[in-house]
Amino acid sequence: MPRRYVIDRVVKYVLLLNALISILIVMLIFFFTWREAGDAIGQVGIDTMLLGTIWRPQLEQYGIVPMIMGSVLSTFGAVVLGVPVALLGAIFLAEVAPNAVRELVRPAVELLAGIPSVIYGLFGIVVLVPLVRRIPVPRNNGFSLLAASIVLAVMILPTITNIAEDAIRAVPREYKEGSLALGTTRWQTIVGVIIPAARSGIVAAIILGIGRALGETMAMIMVIGNAIMVPEPLTSNPLTLFLHPARTLTGNIAVEIAYATGVHESALFATGVVLFIFIMVVNSAAHVLVRGRPR
Amino acid sequence: MSTDGAVKLETRGYNFYYGGFRALKDVDIKINPNQVTAIIGPSGCGKSTFLRTFNRMNELIPGVRVEGQAFLDGESIFGEDVVELRRRVGMVFQRPNPFPKSIYANVTYGPRAHGMRDRSELDQLAERSLRAAALWDEVKDELSKSALALSGGQQQRLCIARALAVEPEVILMDEPASALDPVATLKIEELMRELAREYTIVVVTHNMQQAARVSDHTAFFMMGEDREGYLVEYGPTKEIFTNPKDQRTEDYITGRFG
Amino acid sequence: MNAIHAGTSSQSAQDARSAARLSDNLARRHLVERAAFGVVWAAGMVAVLALAVVVGYVLLQGASQVNWEFLTTPPRGGIEAEGGMSTTFMGTLYLVLLCIVLAAPLGVGAAIYLIEYAEQAQAGGRWLSRLVGVARFGVETLAGVPSIIFGLFGYALFVTLLELGFSLLSAGLAGACLILPVIIRTTEEALLAVPLSYREGSLALGATQWQTVSGVVVPAALPGIVTGIVLSIGRVVSETAVFFVTFGGSANMPKSLLSPGRTMALHVYYLAMETRAFAKAMGTGAVLVVATIIINASVSFLSRRVMGRLRGVG
Repeated sequence: MPRRYVIDRVVKYVLLLNALISILIVMLIFFFTWREAGDAIGQVGIDTMLLGTIWRPQLEQYGIVPMIMGSVLSTFGAVVLGVPVALLGAIFLAEVAPNAVRELVRPAVELLAGIPSVIYGLFGIVVLVPLVRRIPVPRNNGFSLLAASIVLAVMILPTITNIAEDAIRAVPREYKEGSLALGTTRWQTIVGVIIPAARSGIVAAIILGIGRALGETMAMIMVIGNAIMVPEPLTSNPLTLFLHPARTLTGNIAVEIAYATGVHESALFATGVVLFIFIMVVNSAAHVLVRGRPR
Repeated sequence: MSTDGAVKLETRGYNFYYGGFRALKDVDIKINPNQVTAIIGPSGCGKSTFLRTFNRMNELIPGVRVEGQAFLDGESIFGEDVVELRRRVGMVFQRPNPFPKSIYANVTYGPRAHGMRDRSELDQLAERSLRAAALWDEVKDELSKSALALSGGQQQRLCIARALAVEPEVILMDEPASALDPVATLKIEELMRELAREYTIVVVTHNMQQAARVSDHTAFFMMGEDREGYLVEYGPTKEIFTNPKDQRTEDYITGRFG
Repeated sequence: MNAIHAGTSSQSAQDARSAARLSDNLARRHLVERAAFGVVWAAGMVAVLALAVVVGYVLLQGASQVNWEFLTTPPRGGIEAEGGMSTTFMGTLYLVLLCIVLAAPLGVGAAIYLIEYAEQAQAGGRWLSRLVGVARFGVETLAGVPSIIFGLFGYALFVTLLELGFSLLSAGLAGACLILPVIIRTTEEALLAVPLSYREGSLALGATQWQTVSGVVVPAALPGIVTGIVLSIGRVVSETAVFFVTFGGSANMPKSLLSPGRTMALHVYYLAMETRAFAKAMGTGAVLVVATIIINASVSFLSRRVMGRLRGVG
């Protein structure tokens, strides 16, 4: 058999192996994370961890509720602050901006997506935290869920805007023409026909943004304060909840892993498992929505 | 070119450009109310572009330019608020384009956008419009069903009902039956004649037999050397088809070209 | 504006009613639209503003720090964080090289298989097509893994189990896993954009599939592939969490694959959080931002060239 046929055959299988590397890595990740988490799950119990409100490894307390609250609240804040701006921005880029302006704004949004998260963290710690500290509430030192939410909102803005913009652009022209031909204004057309038609893509964009917010680590560590307690309002005003410092699931892992041993280390891996599952659920929800119902 | 009687739509010296390219040249026409006026001619001669003049839908394309004048009831359409113009001059498109909503939501979309809130008023208006579009009997029990579940012919009649619901004065139809089967096509043609009693209908069609069957007046367009469209002849349908004044019209009608 | 209708009286009565109703609604609708568009414009500007403020601040604050000395001397530690950032720049460079060297061949190969060979595999038997489905699923899942998990994984496998310790190699391996899905996805897109006619032309001349792929398809897709690699470089430069738990944190120049080190991004973090030397942090941050902008601009430029080339050809 000519040499080139042999090569052809061999190459095909080599490439197949390459393609399988990804799933191999995924399995390795699963395997190792589970293995390392095993101790904690066995000794402490996953339910104790998920429900426990005290995280003090020295006292063998491994409740991750404070970190869950930290992740959830900061993400919630980011969504409240970031999603409206991101969606309106998507409408801006897709329907309202003249071409010349779009050529400027779109690259700006893409650049925003590429800025390293430490830079946002640095800006946060140098500028945002002192600003938040100015709010006249006792025990407010600036490192807070609010600062974290603002930073996260800016970080997820480009993700949501890009995907939502694509979804809006994908709406067939016929719907737009049909609406305008009935004597509606452009805004009425956007609200009445285009946005509803782009609904699933927009929801997917938001969900992906949520996934990103939940996964962010370093910028969070820098502005959220690293307080290992369940956040509470600082005064009788419930909004001051967001002035409380906190810690995220991601931050928990990053900060303690280097010096943790034994059950402590294992508990951190367990935290990783919880986080992974959280985000995977969130991402699959987005996929299903973007692709439509799987066949 | 004109005909006798009251004038609903008119153009004078109308030229239309896509950027540097002239698509329509020096069109003068007077269209009568409460009649069906057909616009015929070979492909690419600007019939649809001309139709879209009257509700200024061409303006959705960037870089277009108009020279000359166009009038609705004697007043320039370019002076009027374009949103209001589009309510008064409705349009039915070549391919049915119902919104991905329920039948009811489709029909009431226009009136609701225009401020009608009262549920019973909307219901009545929906029924009236669907009856006028000869669709009521087929969908009256399923108004909340998705419009996309209807057949092609039904969807097109829904689009007509939707256009009627905003109480226009003119209805522009851009080859409304070309995407439909023969049975559905006949229904649409019957509808056109019915609607002409209360509205002014202008229809672009490829199908000469259809134009002959359905219209009161016919306008024949052709494409010139520089690919610009121009009006060759315009008159009562009977005359155009049996005794055309222009040789080119006769050639087209008898199928010697186009 | 009222028309003279030769129609029924109900029509004109209707018209009068609706015209009256519609005219006051019309003015309001236009007003609402103008207000809404104002808000929409503001939202659009927020993105630009956020970028300008964050980037501008860091660049301005950092500019005063950045000079030739800063760029070429290593950090000397101490309370004031003396010195510059040269070792971190080299650390980043080495890490980028290592990640690309590890991930690019694997990623490009995987993408080639998934695009060029997978269809035949699907026809060729049930277990093979299952395998392809699994491979695809693997890529998608990997793309969705949060970066700290890659860090944990790297810590567990490379740093601890394989006893590589906090080192360039550990960080490079973890980083390679991180960018693998990016390279696979962008290479897939680049391959898909190559016209079918190229492949058909080559096969019709009697070339084998591999000869076609290596001789015709991949060269044609090369700009797109390169764009993907540049994108991954950007990812490695920006990324912190993964390397935080695998690279160590030493401010010294990495001398071998097993030396610990820092990337510029990590240096910014340490300066801000541990040494609290914000001025130096801004300086390093400014260099980092400039690097990011250059990488981003390259990606844009490259992908525009790719699009242009395809339009000019095919």
